[in-house]
Amino acid sequence: MPTKKDILDLHFMDARCKLIDLAAFLDRVERHPGEADFRLEALRQAIPLLLADRPDRARAVLESLSDPSSEPAEKASIQFAYGAPQA
Amino acid sequence: MKYIEPHAHMVSRTTDDYEKLALAGCQAICEPAFWAGFDRSSPEGFRDYYRQLTDYEPKRAAKFGIPHFCWLCINPKEAEDAGFAREVMALIPEFLDQPTVLGIGEIGLNKNTRSELAIFEEHVQLALDRDLAILIHTPHLEDKLKGTRLMLDSLANFPGLDRDRVIIDHVEEHTVDLVLDAGFWAGMTLYPESKCTPSRAIDILETHEGARLWLNSACDWGVSDPLAVVKCGFEMKKRQHSPGQIEQVLFENPKRFLSQCPNFRLG
Repeated sequence: MPTKKDILDLHFMDARCKLIDLAAFLDRVERHPGEADFRLEALRQAIPLLLADRPDRARAVLESLSDPSSEPAEKASIQFAYGAPQA
Repeated sequence: MKYIEPHAHMVSRTTDDYEKLALAGCQAICEPAFWAGFDRSSPEGFRDYYRQLTDYEPKRAAKFGIPHFCWLCINPKEAEDAGFAREVMALIPEFLDQPTVLGIGEIGLNKNTRSELAIFEEHVQLALDRDLAILIHTPHLEDKLKGTRLMLDSLANFPGLDRDRVIIDHVEEHTVDLVLDAGFWAGMTLYPESKCTPSRAIDILETHEGARLWLNSACDWGVSDPLAVVKCGFEMKKRQHSPGQIEQVLFENPKRFLSQCPNFRLG
């Protein structure tokens, strides 16, 4: 089984790159005009989960970005998905 | 690397991709019926699509020495109009006896509507009536968790269903336990941005009992990689998985599930 050091050697640079990209994305949205929508708020709510003391942060982030309702929808108004639930 | 691509939409891919798959060691390709990227305008359009899946595509794959199999259905993106979907479903039985048909798939939900759910259940009943295996698509992104739960609840209403012959595809960290704990097989799709990355799929393999898990690329007309499975095998090697462990996930697991389909044979 790889050690923590092995995993860092394999994936640290990739994680670093994605973290900086996320920070740059938040800066980019902020400096542009207009109103953001529910997707930005969903992302903001999920980000603190990255520092949660739990072994399943990926699952927690996915759950946070999921539609919390349980009943089937009456109709589909769109065919695609946004990546975050509409409030 | 010897492996099986258990979920690829080859009708959307070039012949060059078949060559790449053959060179990479692909031993078989399985192609579920899918959405064309636009809604077909008539049920007859599906007749041609089923001919393509059951006749033309196996011949194209055979030129590269790869057996090609398919699953048939109307996909959930076109199931919102239940009347249209039922007209298409009426065509399916005439193709089910073709020699490369594995079963019914990829059925499932897209936007988790009542109509989609009704058509999903009618497909499950068709599979049961014909004693066929089932491949299930789970919805995208924010719809996946709810859709997975809805389908698991629905499947519980089919007491005659053999769960060993049902694979629920596109699982991620928040749905894999739901599927495996219910006794079904689970597929992990290596798809850019919207599904699993190789690293995350390997995390799931490392944290779950992997006997009922497979990997697929689901390569289609979108930005996707027909070599994603074999590239994930390479990532497993970097993560110190043994050659035996890699072959188990990339070849033996899909072979074990697919061998339950009478038409599945490796060359």
